[in-house]
Amino acid sequence: MARLTFSLDELRERALFVRRDIIALLARSQSGHSGGPLSSTDFGTALFFHELNVNPERLDDPGRDLWHFSIGHVTPVIYSLMAERGYFPLADLLGFRQFHGHLQGHPSKHDTPGIEVSSGSLGQGLSVSCGMAYGSRFDGNPRRVYCVMGDGEQQEGQIWEAAMFAAHYKLDNLMGIIDYNRKQIDGDVQDVMGIAPLADKWRAFNWHVIDVDGHDIPQLLGAYEEARRTKGKPSLILARTVMGKGVSYMEDDYRWHGVPPSADQAEQALRELGTSLEGWTRRLETHTARAIAPPANGKA
Amino acid sequence: MTSPAPVLPTAAAPAVNLAKPEMKRTREGFGHGLVDLGEKRPEVFVLVGDLSGSTNVSFFAQKFPDRFLQVGVAEQNMMCVAAGLAAVGKIPYLATYGAFASCRSADQMRVTVAYTDLPVKIGGAHGGISVGPDGATHQAMEEIAIVRSIPNMKMIVPCDYWETRKATVAMADDPHPNYIRFGRELVPVVTGPETPFAIGKANVMREGKDIALIACGVMVYEALVAAEELAGRGVSARVINMHTLKPLDMDAIERAARECGAIVTAEEHQIHGGLGGAVAEAVVRLHPVPMELVAVHDRFGRSGKQDELMAAFGIKAPDIVRAADRALSRKKAR
Repeated sequence: MARLTFSLDELRERALFVRRDIIALLARSQSGHSGGPLSSTDFGTALFFHELNVNPERLDDPGRDLWHFSIGHVTPVIYSLMAERGYFPLADLLGFRQFHGHLQGHPSKHDTPGIEVSSGSLGQGLSVSCGMAYGSRFDGNPRRVYCVMGDGEQQEGQIWEAAMFAAHYKLDNLMGIIDYNRKQIDGDVQDVMGIAPLADKWRAFNWHVIDVDGHDIPQLLGAYEEARRTKGKPSLILARTVMGKGVSYMEDDYRWHGVPPSADQAEQALRELGTSLEGWTRRLETHTARAIAPPANGKA
Repeated sequence: MTSPAPVLPTAAAPAVNLAKPEMKRTREGFGHGLVDLGEKRPEVFVLVGDLSGSTNVSFFAQKFPDRFLQVGVAEQNMMCVAAGLAAVGKIPYLATYGAFASCRSADQMRVTVAYTDLPVKIGGAHGGISVGPDGATHQAMEEIAIVRSIPNMKMIVPCDYWETRKATVAMADDPHPNYIRFGRELVPVVTGPETPFAIGKANVMREGKDIALIACGVMVYEALVAAEELAGRGVSARVINMHTLKPLDMDAIERAARECGAIVTAEEHQIHGGLGGAVAEAVVRLHPVPMELVAVHDRFGRSGKQDELMAAFGIKAPDIVRAADRALSRKKAR
């Protein structure tokens, strides 16, 4: 098992593929969330195609890193990252939220191989990741645990219970990422229920906080590296993002939190992303689950 | 269609002096069961939400401090930390009061634990009104209804010290989530170290043919006392210890309905959705017979002593006898 060694250009290209997948699968299923998946795309790509030490061909590899999306509603980006990374064929994305598909509206361990723990009710994922990190450290397993949270989710009290726990037990094998797009389903986070100053809150809870532009791949890679080097406390990446990033009419508009684009809107979005629904569909035919194998010369 | 009913193995219970039984706490059974496991199963972890002493997980903490995890007053976090531990191969037991385990962290139990089907073992201490002086907030009386409505969950309400200890150990072998409910106060010991225990397999504590008394938890003792009283009046009452509420022993219920023709259930729980409801759901489908339910009638508890509360809330042996009389007269009228 090894990390992938993609160049920055290759990583940016992967992020573009992921954005296209998100729009296309939302357009096909006519159900699901648009805003968060697009704001999570760049740090998600940097995670899946650079940082994570995983082997989709052997899901139960005992040394694998563990990743968990506490924001279960961003399944479009989760499933796209999984397919692009080789967990299953891209064509499976057509079954998103469909009765006969294996991709539930929110992540389900027993439907989608590769999901470690089901999620969907906000606020619970960091606690789950704490348990994984504690148990892994107890076993002397050098793996790392990654947990993706939302900014609206910071309003859940359980997040802070888990934050306290991780710092108390000095879980330095745990890294949290917050998709700080400043929007939630009812409006701007600061209007719905303010969470600022967010970085200060996490520092006060004894976490190592790294504040970055969540769309800047080199910054993200540097932040992940810094988190890995940080000992004695858990790290938090505060990824400052834009809801709907990459699609002009969705950017920074909270109304795109929980709805899919119409067919026409999807065609416009895909044009902005350099393809079309037809072009996206053609790519499915040639893609197999093993398209991305870890390179032989990958760094350990 | 009906074949002769197989002979039921009557539980190898010790002879119990119902008038003056040995008294022991079920929470001690939980604490000792965890110690039994700690020695045999290196993957067993114990988590607690600042209640080590009163849940008796302190026994485990003293012997296996490296596998004991203090979570503080944060039940929701504890439920999900346990799930994370289970996801990396541990068998986590968590302990808090049942009122919190079943209600405060119900969403975490449903979504993270049960939907993922992780082997998290939930210990609900201080179950029922018998908790006494702490009053309504700490008297968990909705646990059976909540837990048994969630897919993948198993629900166990052992009757005494030995059964709690055995159930605690048995849960480790089940690769699914379980909830075990036990109490605070001293309760009569009605089983012994050799009494068989298997999750989902009810124990017949006393044979009988006129009516079946189906009970769980401390009410098994009350049912035995009621059966003795009924015997004095020439009524032969079968006593079934339904320690597992889910999965329910459908066989034992069907035999009770067919062979006895009337059923009384007895539980230290709200009347809605508990043992009585579960048995009724089975009886209406398998073999409808007159049934009466002894339970708390949709009320919150209050402070008081164990015995006076159980009497005031209508869940002592005389209440079971009265319910049996009602069921028997309906049976006779059929």
